[in-house]
Amino acid sequence: MAARIQIPREARRGEVIEVRILIQHPMETGYRHDDVGHLIKRNVINVLSCRYDGVEVFRADLSSGISANPYVQFYTVAEASGDLEFTWADDEGERGSERQAIVVKG
Amino acid sequence: MRRAGIALAAAALAAGVAHAEKRAIPPGELKSGSAFVGSDLRALQNDDFANPGMLWVERGEKLWSEPAGRKKIACAGCHKVQSMRGVAAGYPKIDKASGKLVNLEGRINACRIDRLGAEPFRYESEEMLSITAYLARRSLGLPIKASIDGAARAHFEAGRTSYHLRRGQMNLSCAHCHDAQWGKRLLSETISQGHPNAYPAYRMEWQTMGSLERRLRACLSGIRAEMLPYGSQEYLDLELYLAWRAQGLPIETPGVRR
Repeated sequence: MAARIQIPREARRGEVIEVRILIQHPMETGYRHDDVGHLIKRNVINVLSCRYDGVEVFRADLSSGISANPYVQFYTVAEASGDLEFTWADDEGERGSERQAIVVKG
Repeated sequence: MRRAGIALAAAALAAGVAHAEKRAIPPGELKSGSAFVGSDLRALQNDDFANPGMLWVERGEKLWSEPAGRKKIACAGCHKVQSMRGVAAGYPKIDKASGKLVNLEGRINACRIDRLGAEPFRYESEEMLSITAYLARRSLGLPIKASIDGAARAHFEAGRTSYHLRRGQMNLSCAHCHDAQWGKRLLSETISQGHPNAYPAYRMEWQTMGSLERRLRACLSGIRAEMLPYGSQEYLDLELYLAWRAQGLPIETPGVRR
């Protein structure tokens, strides 16, 4: 599962930063049928979480209503230099993760 | 004498006009498909990060330098990526070696078979969509330029015939919507001019990336006409005609469409 993260490389302490993630995933709803009429099993990313310097700062429970290749954006406060680490898992148990570092000054 | 001169000049002008191909949509009125989608999709397309098509572009970048095939060489082993700027904007074109008309997909597969000794990529496979998206992205903002001279001429004529051919249960040709009715509403949609400059593109309806040929098949299905197999000659000819028709429009790959 490919993913892209976008955060500022540097920030001032206390600054509100924008965090964006885009994950490649079909987000199969479980409501569709294949060409011969069989129901396609639901397979969506059901949980996405982000830890900043080891502390969970964001968590989302996703479901069938979210489109393919989900894009999530949120804000957090830059407190210390460290990694933002995203982890997620889908209904089939496949896990993905991606991380990026931020340098906090001041 | 003077009058005869003017008449002669007028005749020469008329001959000149007759020689240049007649365009249903004059160059000044060409509008990319992004002009017919909502501002939300336009914003998504222009956002280099959130544009979901960029996932395929990134994968394509990896494929570009990944050795493949019996000869264990990568695209990057022969081509400098800088030299790819503007290349995709010139397809479909006549392949010098075979004399046949090829689109970007065909060119990549010819390279894979002949130079890499690798299996060709299947149409609409993740690999093919990724590598074509990556290469088309190298021409971002550059105008489409299609050559219809020489051996391409016959393909252009065939493509034009195909474009104007009534088909399917609806008995419509491409021209009926995209030349004569663009800008008007078809249920909740605005009819576009039908240009190829954003492909491969991410379509909301597909929830994924798709090639221009997939888009052509979607139109054919819409007018209840027979869909041709991927890579068929009629599609290639039509792609050349579409490229000529869109001459000058900048490449937008990966486009985001409804």
